[in-house]
Amino acid sequence: MSDFDWSSIPGALPYLWIGMKTTLQITAVAVVAGIVWGTLLAMLRLSTLPALSWFAVSYVNLFRSVPLVMVLLWFFLLVPQLLQAAFGLSATTDVRLVSAMVGFSLFESAYYSEIIRAGIQSVSSGQVAAAYALGMTYRQTMRLVILPQAFRNMVPLLLTQGIILFQDTSLVYVIALPDFFGAAYNVGNRDGRLTELLLFAGAVYFAICYSASMLVRRFQKRIS
Amino acid sequence: MNWGVFLRAVPSGGGTYLDWLLSGLQTTVTLSLSAWLLALLIGSSMGVLRTVPNRWWRGLAATYVELFRNIPLLVQLFIWYFVLPELLPSAWGNAIKQSNPVAQQFLAAMVCLGFFTGARVAEQVRAGINALARGQKNAALALGLTLPQTYRHVLLPMAFRIIVPPITSEFLNIFKNSAVCSTIGLFELAAQSRQLADYTAHAYESFIAVTVLYVLINVVVMLFMRWVEHRTRVPGYIGGK
Repeated sequence: MSDFDWSSIPGALPYLWIGMKTTLQITAVAVVAGIVWGTLLAMLRLSTLPALSWFAVSYVNLFRSVPLVMVLLWFFLLVPQLLQAAFGLSATTDVRLVSAMVGFSLFESAYYSEIIRAGIQSVSSGQVAAAYALGMTYRQTMRLVILPQAFRNMVPLLLTQGIILFQDTSLVYVIALPDFFGAAYNVGNRDGRLTELLLFAGAVYFAICYSASMLVRRFQKRIS
Repeated sequence: MNWGVFLRAVPSGGGTYLDWLLSGLQTTVTLSLSAWLLALLIGSSMGVLRTVPNRWWRGLAATYVELFRNIPLLVQLFIWYFVLPELLPSAWGNAIKQSNPVAQQFLAAMVCLGFFTGARVAEQVRAGINALARGQKNAALALGLTLPQTYRHVLLPMAFRIIVPPITSEFLNIFKNSAVCSTIGLFELAAQSRQLADYTAHAYESFIAVTVLYVLINVVVMLFMRWVEHRTRVPGYIGGK
């Protein structure tokens, strides 16, 4: 058994913090974009127009049957070409962060849309009928009656999905974007202290995710 | 699009790019299935332990579940692959490091996926046992069955049957999560997609082929599990006969 030497961690903390900021940035963008696009997908899926619901079903099924690693590789391939076509950026611009954000947002929206669909369906159908009877339009019914109730029921699930997403962002390793995990790996590799840095990264993720899931659990108890 | 690239011979000779693709598929399937067996084994035992009367066993199982659910899969994989050999007594660690590198990668990946998925399976098994009416356990104990007998003959046969749908999604996840194992150099499907893209310079064809294979795996597993679900349905339950 080798002896532990944690001395390379204190000096590396600023670098690790930059990585953590990247992790948090991707998580925040993907949660917000995922919930917005996921809500739209859920509404499309419940639409009475077959073409719209077919589109939403195919989108969700496609993204849910492909590994996240492949999705990230795909967007790492596609995003530079799209940006080049749209804005005329040179092919050497660093697009790792943008493609990770796009990839995570589109991928997570498939999962969010399933949570939100279940939430919308959990609101009793009498609510829709009552809103229509009061003369509300579809948009008003959704915005003022259905979605507020649906989201209240869904908050714990949406938060839990956010914790999963936070963990999944470590996969940007495959496109060589240094997030918190990537930064820890780089430091460990540089100093020949991979063992210590990997254990440290694991401990940090555990501390954050465990406390977050405890908070979600307490919150869930309070609202139920 | 030029799909003919898959029929070209690989530079090292002996086979075509299609063979690379198929060997990736084979690794993904073998890895996922073996890890799934491990996950079922660990998940069932830990799920049962989470429901037993003894506080210490319950605590142990709860610790396992929380530990493996709150650390990212990638970090767990790197810990199994890079850190574990360092933590073992040096004779063992050296024996591991000197063994066949492909076997090392495969073993680390399998154990990692097994323990990771096992924590999720444990939660489903626990939910299944807790969903049964309390009277079932009490009746079994009142009949003079021991606690292990109660689990073996009364609780688990029912619990396993009602958790088939949530277990299906974990089974699907293990195939998708196996793509993470490309990061330690294991040549499964996702790794092959990158290698094919590099060697053939046809990135789109390579990525599309691999994506289609993942979708196919998904469809096959889903059909298989639908059959299992149909066979194990509990009469009288929702969706039962």
